[in-house]
Amino acid sequence: MDGSLNMVGYGLAAIGPGVGIGLIFAAYISGVARQPEAQSRLQSIAILGFALAEALAIIGIALAFVL
Amino acid sequence: MSVIGMVGIRTEGDSFTPPGPGNFDLPGFFEVAGQPVTKPMVQLVIAAVLVFWLFHAAIKRRELVPGRFQFAAEGAYGMVRNSVARDIIGSHDFMKYVPYLVTLFFFIIVNNFFGSFPGIQFPSFSRASMAYALAGLSWVIYNAAGIRRHGFAGYLKLQCVPAGVTPFMYPLLVPLEFFSNILVRPVTLALRLFANMLAGHLLVILFATGGLYMLQEGSLLVKPVGLLAWLLFIAISFLELLVQFLQAYVFTLLNAMYISGAIADEH
Repeated sequence: MDGSLNMVGYGLAAIGPGVGIGLIFAAYISGVARQPEAQSRLQSIAILGFALAEALAIIGIALAFVL
Repeated sequence: MSVIGMVGIRTEGDSFTPPGPGNFDLPGFFEVAGQPVTKPMVQLVIAAVLVFWLFHAAIKRRELVPGRFQFAAEGAYGMVRNSVARDIIGSHDFMKYVPYLVTLFFFIIVNNFFGSFPGIQFPSFSRASMAYALAGLSWVIYNAAGIRRHGFAGYLKLQCVPAGVTPFMYPLLVPLEFFSNILVRPVTLALRLFANMLAGHLLVILFATGGLYMLQEGSLLVKPVGLLAWLLFIAISFLELLVQFLQAYVFTLLNAMYISGAIADEH
């Protein structure tokens, strides 16, 4: 079974966005728990933050395949 | 002949070749003007026809008290209109962009669900070019909306010159803002959809073929691991359904945000 070191590097690089997405949703959940009526407003902000943090992981996987 | 050979995964002798991006290069069904017509191309057309037909059929016999089908269609439409378009673009001028956002959402979600649909099982947007075309269309629309509202110079100023910053910082910030708001946005928009579809589907293929290989070729101790891989394959398929919905939602949401940023008034 052969593989490339790129994928190991990508695995390491994915830690960052993983932690970031965890923090974003932790803040979202505690925000909704404190103030349930703010959910609809918080949801779009949380999804935006999630998308921005996820973009880093996506750039990583693109580079892992390209480089 | 093993079942692995039947699903088109290369096996060389006894060794297992893990699936890679190469599995997504499908041969064309037939050629039109020297250009092969491949499975995702056909799927795009099917998805467009399907979305049109579903909504058309739902509103053909519309009644004041909606039937089941009409109720489902109205609920789906209302979700995108209210929770995406109205909440983000604002109640003043969101109606102009609702047709585009609703079409976009349902087109993407049908194409994504093709990835889990038995018999098709290929997400159209796991080919990067499809996602780039969609993001290119979105890029044209949000820039055109902004230019129509503010004029060309006014729009560039809105997107590139951050408010409340001392002019000293402009040489540093203006190129960065231009780069991030005008140039990189469509690329990340397309890559997010593409990479999620590719990676998710790759994971499903890996667990399915790897589990099958271990069940067929493995020794007695390896076979239970193959069974475990198949259980995970089922679990990951459900996770994929969630991701497919979420990516369609995120794509539409980001489109609405870009439009709302482009037509926003200066503070």
